[in-house]
Amino acid sequence: MSHLVLRQVAKEFGSVRVLHGIDLEVRDGEFVVFVGPSGCGKSTLLRTIAGLERASSGEIRLDDRLVNDVSAADRGLAMVFQSYALYPHMSVRQNLAFGLENSRMPRDEIDRRVMEAARMLLIEPLLSRKPRQLSGGQRQRVAIGRAIVRRPGIFLLDEPLSNLDAELRVVMRAELAALHKRLNATMIYVTHDQTEAMTLADRIVVLRDGRIEQIGTPLELYNNPANRFVAGFIGSPRMNFIEAEAVPVADGIGVQVNGKQQSLPHRDIALGSKIVIGVRPHSATVTSVDEGMIPLELTLVEQLGAETILHGRTDRGDIFTVSAPGQRRYAIGERIGVVLPAEALHVFDAEGMALPRG
Amino acid sequence: MSALSTFLLRRRGGAGWHWTDVLAYVWLGIGLVLMFGPVLWLVVSSFKTPANLAEFPPTFRPLDAQVARVQGYDQPLPLFRVMLDDGSEKVLAQVRRVGIMAQMVDPQNPGAVIRVPIDKRIPVREIKLATENYAEPLQQFDFLRYFQNSVFVTIMATLITLVVNSMAAFALSKYEFKGRTAVLGIILATLMVPLSVIVVPLYLVVNSLNLFDTLWGVILPTVATPTGVFLLRQYMLTIPDELIDAARMDKASEWQIYWRIVLPLAAPALAVLAIFSVMWRWNDFLWPLIVLSRKEHYTLQVGLNAFSGELNVQWHYVLAMTVLSIVPVALIFLFLQRYITAGIANTGLK
Repeated sequence: MSHLVLRQVAKEFGSVRVLHGIDLEVRDGEFVVFVGPSGCGKSTLLRTIAGLERASSGEIRLDDRLVNDVSAADRGLAMVFQSYALYPHMSVRQNLAFGLENSRMPRDEIDRRVMEAARMLLIEPLLSRKPRQLSGGQRQRVAIGRAIVRRPGIFLLDEPLSNLDAELRVVMRAELAALHKRLNATMIYVTHDQTEAMTLADRIVVLRDGRIEQIGTPLELYNNPANRFVAGFIGSPRMNFIEAEAVPVADGIGVQVNGKQQSLPHRDIALGSKIVIGVRPHSATVTSVDEGMIPLELTLVEQLGAETILHGRTDRGDIFTVSAPGQRRYAIGERIGVVLPAEALHVFDAEGMALPRG
Repeated sequence: MSALSTFLLRRRGGAGWHWTDVLAYVWLGIGLVLMFGPVLWLVVSSFKTPANLAEFPPTFRPLDAQVARVQGYDQPLPLFRVMLDDGSEKVLAQVRRVGIMAQMVDPQNPGAVIRVPIDKRIPVREIKLATENYAEPLQQFDFLRYFQNSVFVTIMATLITLVVNSMAAFALSKYEFKGRTAVLGIILATLMVPLSVIVVPLYLVVNSLNLFDTLWGVILPTVATPTGVFLLRQYMLTIPDELIDAARMDKASEWQIYWRIVLPLAAPALAVLAIFSVMWRWNDFLWPLIVLSRKEHYTLQVGLNAFSGELNVQWHYVLAMTVLSIVPVALIFLFLQRYITAGIANTGLK
C-alpha cells in the first residue's frame, strides 16, 4: 500500500505535449480509475507513474518520497499490461517468479508467494504451462498474479480487460473488485470503458487531451458532471444535449423548446445566453407527442427486455435517446413525445461548464 | 514402397495428370539435377583414381584398371580384353607397348609373348572405390589438424557473432537514442564494401594487434556482420515493447532483459544467423589464406589449397577432402532444415 501524489506532472514527446500539469492524489487502499477517450493521455500518465516514462516536469511522490528519478524497478510498483506481456518462453511459474528472482529473494520464499498467488487466482493447475497454452482469461489471471507476488505499493492496470470477451470481462471485473478488497491494495486502473470505471472505482479521474476534467466518485460524476464532456462520457447510453437559449418563463428562468416552456432550477443562468441542456436517457420519460416537450421520430428501437431504448430524431434533426421501462412495442418512424423533468436536467454554459443547481 | 510411389507421383487435386503437374515435375527434375548433379559428381569423383580422373571422355563410375601378377614379371601387369585374329576373345596381360603394337602374355601361360595391335584391346576395368584418396591425406597430411582449426574458427566465430550482433541489434531495436537510424544506416552501408577492398587495412590492423598467423586473427575481423545485425534487429522489432516494460517493472536489469527476455525470444533469428555464420566461416578462404602462414594453423579450405601445386593439382585428394569439408555443413543443414526455412520465412530474409 502506498500513497501517491502527483503535482503539476507534464509529459512531452518531442514538441507534442501529452500531459498538462496533472495534480492528483491517490490514497492508501484506494481504487482509482483513469478514464477517457483514446489518446487522452491516460496510459501515458500510468506509465509515468510506473516510471516507464520520465515526467518532463512536475513531481511524483510515493509515500512522500520524490521518485521522479527513481527507475521503474525501484519504485516498488507492479503493472498489468493490456497485452498481459507474459514472457512467452517461460512457464506460468517462471513468469510469476521472474520479478522475485530479480530482487534476489530466497527460493523458498519465492515458491511460497507463487503458490499463494496461484491459489488465490485459481491457476495452480496451470503453473507448468506456457502462456500460449492458456486462454485469454487464464492469461489475465497470470498477469495479475505476476503483480500480486511482488506485493507492490500500487497496482497499475493498463486496460487489463480489453482483450477479453464481454462475458469474461464482467466476471473478471467482479474478481478484480474482490481482489482489491481482499488485498486492501492501492490500485490505479486505466480504461476507456466508462462502465468498468463506474463499477470498479472508488474515485474516477476523467481525462481529456492530457488534462484532468474531473475527479470524483462514480456517482458524483454521474450526478454532477463538471462539464459537458464528463456528462457525455459517463453514463450509458450517452446523455442527450439540446441547445437552447435562456428565456424568462413563468416561474423564473427557463428555456423554450418547441413552443413549450421549461423552467430550470439552476443558478447563474444569464438571460438570453446560449445554453445546453443535458438530460440522461433514463431521466426523460416517454409520453404522447402532444404531451411531450420534445417530439421524436423513432429511428431505432432496442429491446433489451427490462427496458426499451428508443433512438429518435428531433424536429431540428438532433439525435435523442430515451429509455422506456419494460417491453413496449414501438415502430420505427412512430412519433412519440419526451418529457424532461426539471430536477434531472443538467445545464451547461456556452463553454460547456456545468451550471450549479439552485 | 507404395507410400514412396504415392509421394513421388503426387498430383494436384484429381486423379488425372494435369499439364501443370507435368510442368511441376519437369521443373523439379531440372532443379534436382542442377542442385544435386554437381554434388553427386563430386562425391563419385572423389573415389576415382588419378588416372581415372584424368581420362577423357570422363566416366561417371569410378573405374579402375585390373592388374594381375604374372610369373616372371616383377610389376603387376594391366589386364586387357583382346580380340584375337581367330575371332576369339581372351584376357591378356600387357607387358609393354611399342608403337601401335602391344606385347602381351597370357597370365595362365606366361611363356609366350603375343603381339596385339592396340586398337584390338580394351582395358579390363571394374568399379573400385579409391578409398586411399581419403586415407592418405588423413594420414600423411595434417588434415585432422586443419579440420580442428576449421571447427575452432567456425564455432568461436559463430558464438561471438551471435553475442555481438544480438547486442547491437537489441540496442538498435529497443533503445531510443540520438543517431539510431544513422548508426543503423552506417552498419548497413558496410554491406556494400567487399572484403577485397578492405583486405589491406584489415591486414595491417590484424598485424599490429599481433594476431597475424593466429586463429583469432581469422576469427575476430569476421564477427561483426551487418547482415546479422540487420536480420536480428528486424526480428527483435517484432518483440513487443510491453514485454520489456514488464521486465523492467519486474526489476530486471538491462542485461537481464537482454539475456533472459530478448535473446530467448529471438531464438529463431539467432538460429538462422548461426547457420549462415557457420556456412560463411566454414567456407571462408581468402581471409584465412591471408592471415595464416604456418601450416599447423591452416583451416580446411586453406589446407585444400595446398594440394594445388604450381604445376600439378592432386585432384583426387582435393576432391576427397572437399567431400569431407562439406559433410559438417551438410549435416547441420540436414538437422536444422526446419528451423532454417521457418526462420528465414519469419525474418523475411532470402
